[in-house]
Amino acid sequence: MSELSSMADSLDGKLSSSQKSQLIEQVQQELAIANMQELLEKTTSKCFSKCIPKPGTSLYNSEQKCISMCTDRYMDAWNVVGRAYSARIQREFR
Amino acid sequence: MPVGDLQEGGDRELEERLRVEQQKAQLQARIHSLTDMCWDKCMDKPSTRLDDRTETCLTNCVERFLDTSVAIATRFTQTLQKSAELQ
Repeated sequence: MSELSSMADSLDGKLSSSQKSQLIEQVQQELAIANMQELLEKTTSKCFSKCIPKPGTSLYNSEQKCISMCTDRYMDAWNVVGRAYSARIQREFR
Repeated sequence: MPVGDLQEGGDRELEERLRVEQQKAQLQARIHSLTDMCWDKCMDKPSTRLDDRTETCLTNCVERFLDTSVAIATRFTQTLQKSAELQ
């Protein structure tokens, strides 16, 4: 937290308000990309172990289907967990 | 930008906005780690939709993990207090 504070301090007076908005937008974009990369990585490792128990010489049709469903279900799971976690946080801080 | 806006003591608004982004990142990181853990506990073979049983399992998994973390923190504090009292 103090890092943020000193970062904001050292930027003080050097940025116009449009530059500040640009900075925030850039931070948001980078976070979104990092989030997607993390999701991609997790989905790949989870679905590989779920769908390809014994890797053969190519991806079988059934494995391809499993991968598609698994990808969608992992996204669903992420959303369910996110909702449960946010709901809990809101309850605790009320 | 008017000179009056260049007040001393840092830019509170920018700091606040960066803090919000930081909190978002922390929230997302926690959701990733919870999903990772609860997926292993709750998910059978992936099917065409997330069934209710799995969804309930995921929600319970999140809730019980947080309960566990609170319980352990409490236990930890008690142990520390006890050992402090003994000294």
